Amino acid sequence: MAYYQEGMERASRDEMVALQNGRLAGQVRHVYENIAPYREKMKEKGVEPGDIKSIGDLGKLPFLTKDDLRDAYPYGYLAVPLSDCVRIQSTSGTTGKRVVAFYTQADVDLWDECCARAIVAAGGTNEDVVHVSYGYGLFTGGPGLNGGSHKVGSLTLPMSSGNTERQIQFMADLGSTILCCTPSYAAFLAEAIHEEGKIGDIKLKAGIFGAEAWSEEMRRDIEKNLRIKAYDIYGLTETSGPGVSFECAEQTGMHVNEDHFFAEIIDPDTLETLPEGSKGEIVFTSLTKRAFPLLRYRTRDICVLSRKECSCGRTLVKMSKPMGRTDDMLIIRGVNVFPSQIETVLLGQGYPANYLIVVGRVNYTDTFEVQVEMTEEMFSDEVRFIEKKEAELLAALRSMLGISPNVKLVAPRTIARSEGKAVRVIDKRKI
Amino acid sequence: MIIDQLAVFSENKAGMLADITTLLAEADIDIEALTIADTADFGVLRLIVDAPKKALAVLKLGGFVASLTPVIAVKTGNDPGSLAKVVRMFAEAEVSIEYLYAFVAREAGTAFMILRVEDRDAGAALLAQNGLGEAFKM
Repeated sequence: MAYYQEGMERASRDEMVALQNGRLAGQVRHVYENIAPYREKMKEKGVEPGDIKSIGDLGKLPFLTKDDLRDAYPYGYLAVPLSDCVRIQSTSGTTGKRVVAFYTQADVDLWDECCARAIVAAGGTNEDVVHVSYGYGLFTGGPGLNGGSHKVGSLTLPMSSGNTERQIQFMADLGSTILCCTPSYAAFLAEAIHEEGKIGDIKLKAGIFGAEAWSEEMRRDIEKNLRIKAYDIYGLTETSGPGVSFECAEQTGMHVNEDHFFAEIIDPDTLETLPEGSKGEIVFTSLTKRAFPLLRYRTRDICVLSRKECSCGRTLVKMSKPMGRTDDMLIIRGVNVFPSQIETVLLGQGYPANYLIVVGRVNYTDTFEVQVEMTEEMFSDEVRFIEKKEAELLAALRSMLGISPNVKLVAPRTIARSEGKAVRVIDKRKI
Repeated sequence: MIIDQLAVFSENKAGMLADITTLLAEADIDIEALTIADTADFGVLRLIVDAPKKALAVLKLGGFVASLTPVIAVKTGNDPGSLAKVVRMFAEAEVSIEYLYAFVAREAGTAFMILRVEDRDAGAALLAQNGLGEAFKM
């Protein structure tokens, strides 16, 4: 067994708790002193930094949501001078639900180290060629695994997404051994490799796949088709990016890098902290990040935590694959999509806010259709005019969401109106 | 002459055309001509009917998106060269045609052309100059 930071990954429970207690107390002071909106939240709850002495006191702290971050966009939750920051990353979406996260060099380093742990857990060493086909840019996938691969000392191929032919050529010519991308892109690549008859030229041994939901069945398919072992990885921009947790060879959940990110499970309705083994919303507290240190950030992901002994030797707590969401966020082709973003675009373009999102999956790739009802304003006896309006709507949706839906105009009054909660999403994916 | 053409949005879905035509039939509306412009997702039905305003009201009441568009109707002979003559007239006057369709009239030996032009006033003036602007019964 190999570990990237064995001391942390295999720390005894006492060592870990002592470390977490010390880090939390310091972090709360740092946040209180430097983040005004959170200081206000603490004052409202009547909590002072001195009240938080250990992890056991965590429940006294207020929660944070994406809305809090959005309201404080862009600098409200920045806890250090901008001159100390070296990087930003951002969630998808150009308005509405966007969150911009800031990183000091130390923040980037600890994020990279978390990804390095994931790569080593997947069998990576400095002999490996790590092929990163996550998108690079504001999306955290590419930069995160890229940084982790550097830390491990592997040869890093910063492929980014797209251009499948070139991906396969580099994979074959440069002998890529570890593939990092979304699971749907891995499945797509596998298919393309077989179509080109190149599976014999591919030396992959492992894959690290995350940023979207995938089933156990999909994992086995990818493993069989690429002749690799496939590992899950989890993270979110708000906490850093991929590497908040990662899978080991046991493939029974993801070890949380809890020396950096403390995980709690709460009841999303009562907001009470739930005991180990309960199913609920996973909440993260950053213990070490300086620039964008979020305390008790509600992910909206439904998970279970487990401290069952793991055959890999790591003592880090394990979280299950997210089993659902407590909000209406959809993850489509790795991109976070909120129905409210689509509503914003429709209203902005003068359409009624009556729409239907239909998500499906064909050949492991998500399909994404937005159905909009035809209106008098959009109608014309000329098809060209309607198509122009349709193209404008598509461009506005793409700019808001970061991915392109298929816009379908439907007859008026065919999208069901309901008296209570409107059905806005049909998700046909069986994950 | 200028007449009202009825346009109706039709999603590409089984039964849409049947629903539209049934509604019109129930309202006792006579369809003189019909053409469909379609894309992969939807179609636009264009109809010449005997009572366009009533037809529009009926369709809207039935939940359809529909509109009336003034178009040019020209009566021509139903013989070789009639269509070409009218179209050439528009071409020479540089009046662009968005779309057109033609149909045979009830009166033996005659046909009608329906033209949607970019500049309707110029189109109407052009017809008047050439003695084709008079009103007539379909």
